[in-house]
Amino acid sequence: MNRGPLSPFAQTMLPILGAGSLILAWQFLLPLAGVPAYVVPTPTAIAGVFARNGSLLLSNLWPTAIEALSGFVLGNLAAVLLAIVFVHSRTLQAAYFPVVLFFNTIPVLALAPVVILIFGLGMLPKIVIAAVICFFPTLINMIRGLESASASEHELFRVLSATRWEIFWRLRLPRALPMLFASLRIASATAVIGAIVGEWIGSDKGLGALIIQATFNYQSDRLYAAIVLSSLLSIGFFTTVVAAERWSVRYR
Amino acid sequence: MAAPAIETSGLDVGYPGRRSPVTVISGLDLTVAAGTFLSILGPSGCGKSTFLRVVADLLAPLAGTIRVMGETPSAVRSGRGVGFVFQDSTLLPWRTARENVRLPIQVGRRSLSRMIDDRSDELLELVGLSALSERLPHQLSGGQRQRLAIARALLGEPRLLLMDEPFGALDEITRDRLNDELLNLWQRTGTTVLFVTHSIAEAVYLGQRVIVLATHPGRIVADHDLRPLKGPDNRCSREDPAIVAAMARMRSALGAAS
Repeated sequence: MNRGPLSPFAQTMLPILGAGSLILAWQFLLPLAGVPAYVVPTPTAIAGVFARNGSLLLSNLWPTAIEALSGFVLGNLAAVLLAIVFVHSRTLQAAYFPVVLFFNTIPVLALAPVVILIFGLGMLPKIVIAAVICFFPTLINMIRGLESASASEHELFRVLSATRWEIFWRLRLPRALPMLFASLRIASATAVIGAIVGEWIGSDKGLGALIIQATFNYQSDRLYAAIVLSSLLSIGFFTTVVAAERWSVRYR
Repeated sequence: MAAPAIETSGLDVGYPGRRSPVTVISGLDLTVAAGTFLSILGPSGCGKSTFLRVVADLLAPLAGTIRVMGETPSAVRSGRGVGFVFQDSTLLPWRTARENVRLPIQVGRRSLSRMIDDRSDELLELVGLSALSERLPHQLSGGQRQRLAIARALLGEPRLLLMDEPFGALDEITRDRLNDELLNLWQRTGTTVLFVTHSIAEAVYLGQRVIVLATHPGRIVADHDLRPLKGPDNRCSREDPAIVAAMARMRSALGAAS
């Protein structure tokens, strides 16, 4: 049996063939099996929505993209800053980390209506929900990353009489980057989820609103198009994060 | 007459434990002349690494006094008097070989680190890594990484070089070669070296003087001056019967103590 590595050609072609075969089965086998179009429309029907209602989809994509991106930036920034405070002050970490832990146990779906009550119906509450959903994994990973330098690395910097500032910039932060990016990858998908959940609860714009409207109007082809677009948005964020990681963590 | 490199009396070293401090070595009286290559030999747990950390001011002594070149360990450390080589090379994986060697001139008090010449090219040459200066640590072998760690420790021209089992993780062939290179470096720089190891052969081959530590409690059980066997250049053959006999004496000192 040949278990050697695949050729580069096979490595690129096989995933395409795999996905293609599933789409073909979806297009032709599902209708034959008697699955009605209002439950699962065919891929061509969904593609048709993109052709006919392109501008409607696009005008609903932008609000979600802006909310998810703003939430991603704010949530992760807040998490990184709090992690920096926590690793430099055991007192503050001991006092406030349990509170943060408690807030993390509140389901975002339960928190979302409260956020909307506070911030109204504009974009801001969606940004806040996206930020909240990104915050916790990044906080945990960043704390762990900033504390991941070994004992001898810290001793090395102490022998050189390095300041706290230098230890942070030249040791702790570079050490934390791989773990930070691990949580940013996760956050790139969850930020989009946060924005969409926020739109479900109160909005007339955005992919979340489009999903709710299409569902209530039995426009399942439009519903599926909105789902595809949400997923593309996440993929866009994800690849940007991966590119940034490749650029900044080159030593692996 | 210069002050001794190390002078301790009644020195207790150990760790600040959870409830009360844990003493590893107690009542250490040791004087090491400046410029000496001293091997510190002992089994794991005898406190040889802990002692090195007290000398480097990484750990405070529990009791007794210690002077390093006539000063307190903390004064020597903040004056960049010591270089430390760890068992793991402790190279920063995101920095190239050259940038790792240059770390000492990039951190610490500006007034001190700016005064240090950037001799990184010269030191890379000295440890035979000039051609690999743009490589990242993971692209180097274990021996090459340890050479870099030594070059980094030497960048500030320390008066005292502390080495904590630096070749412990290397294969024997590489280790023997690095031992010779280290003796060359020591001869060129004239710095005092405190070399911690648990290899009897390495301790005897490198040291002008070997102290043997035992555990429970950590103490000096033997103190051998090897200069009469080796001559002023501190060179010897590993097969020399006198050297082999010295190794046997160390082994029995270790055996009798445990």
